[in-house]
Amino acid sequence: MRRQIPLAITFICGVVMAIQFFIPHQISQEIYRGALDWQMIIGGFVLVLGIGSLVTHHTGKLKHQRVGWGYSLVTLLSLAVMAIAGLFFGEMASGKPFMQIFIYAQNPIQATMFSLLAFFIASAAYRAFRARSFIATLLLLAAIIVMVGRVPIGAKIWSPIRDISTWLLDYPNMVAKRAIGLGVGLGMISTALKIILGIERSYLGGGK
Amino acid sequence: MNIYEKMMSIDRRILFLLIALSVIIPLLKPLLLPVNVTKEARNLYEFIDKLKPGDVVLLSLDYDPSTMAECHPMALGILRHCFSKGIKVIVTSLARPEGLGTAEMVLTQAVEEYNKKNGEDYVFLGYKPVPGAVILAMGEDFRLAFPADYYGTKLEDLPMMTDIKNYGDIKIVVTFAASAIVDLGWVVYAGGTYGVPIGAGVTAVMATDFYKYLQSGQLVGLLGGLKGAAEYEKLIEHPDMAIKGMDGQNVAHLLIVFFIIIGNIGYFLGKKAKASKGIGG
Repeated sequence: MRRQIPLAITFICGVVMAIQFFIPHQISQEIYRGALDWQMIIGGFVLVLGIGSLVTHHTGKLKHQRVGWGYSLVTLLSLAVMAIAGLFFGEMASGKPFMQIFIYAQNPIQATMFSLLAFFIASAAYRAFRARSFIATLLLLAAIIVMVGRVPIGAKIWSPIRDISTWLLDYPNMVAKRAIGLGVGLGMISTALKIILGIERSYLGGGK
Repeated sequence: MNIYEKMMSIDRRILFLLIALSVIIPLLKPLLLPVNVTKEARNLYEFIDKLKPGDVVLLSLDYDPSTMAECHPMALGILRHCFSKGIKVIVTSLARPEGLGTAEMVLTQAVEEYNKKNGEDYVFLGYKPVPGAVILAMGEDFRLAFPADYYGTKLEDLPMMTDIKNYGDIKIVVTFAASAIVDLGWVVYAGGTYGVPIGAGVTAVMATDFYKYLQSGQLVGLLGGLKGAAEYEKLIEHPDMAIKGMDGQNVAHLLIVFFIIIGNIGYFLGKKAKASKGIGG
């Protein structure tokens, strides 16, 4: 029963929502609006589950003083400070403690982490872009043209590079991305069908 | 290690230092090279520019601090454009909870610059989990997804929302994002299901993913990375962070290309030297 009931719910919801899409009737629209409401409510519970799981994991680590417990302490303290600032010290608007912590702590931390990517991309590009084969040479040339053609200095050095770069993005890039997109779309349909029909059950957990 | 091997394996610390200098020096001493405007940025600008005062647009600030260097100037540019023309703005932030903070920051800046009033000139709806469901729900009725705004005021009590029910009352949705919410959320659900025009501002690394939607007309226009933001600043004649930042990007791109070329010269000359040694030996 623990498996049959979720499978039955999935099947009924999947089939009803698929049929509903093609029926522009009042009842059908009500079902649709109700389903949207449910989806958002369930989404809210996902956040609660996530926070619960985060707290359980880090409390356990702290309790048993496992490797990296100091980081767990920082995580739990940060969670508590932000929650208290948001819940008890005024709304989450400019000038209030929550936003002050966000602007002066979280903002620079996250921005710094992402900025490091520029250094790693530069290093990776230097080491990986080698004209070892015909395909690699094509990739290398396309990368150089787009990199130089997209910035203003590129056109100053050699004006046609801007048009070549635009052409690369508008045609070869677009064709490849569309092909990938169609493949992904078909894959999504087939996976959805497998889930609705109960063939794909990994989302239920428990191994196979 | 011979000269060719050295050319192929420059210490990464040297690379890091030069990249840092290539970004910092132009920021301190700007080159101010002219920014060329691409058709995808111009299309988005022209669409918004043709709107009348009182028209409503929805801006979804779906980015967080990690990508704000690119998305923040775009959002600010479009907010400035809308506010300067008297266009009313509904703001959401659906991709991540931490996006709420960045949305609040950019909105506050634009509101202060143009002295706009909450509930009359703009409405900030905030965040709700499950973006796909929220995007679809707003297509039915904004009140279904957001009974109240970010500050807790019921939508019924906001004068601007009196005549606004769903996407049918919105001229365009522009999303600023660094995630799949652009295509798997806005393009498919809001554009595909409800027919509202969609524009996007995305990080440079993602921009190539969206050219297919430009060609099919599913996106009105696209701002790609800091360059897209700089283009928009040029179009609205309000140069700011993005145009200043482009100088650093100019030099950094050239530097990376220079190192790629050095690496390849080392690779080919090293190969040639090995081959001639082999023949000679």
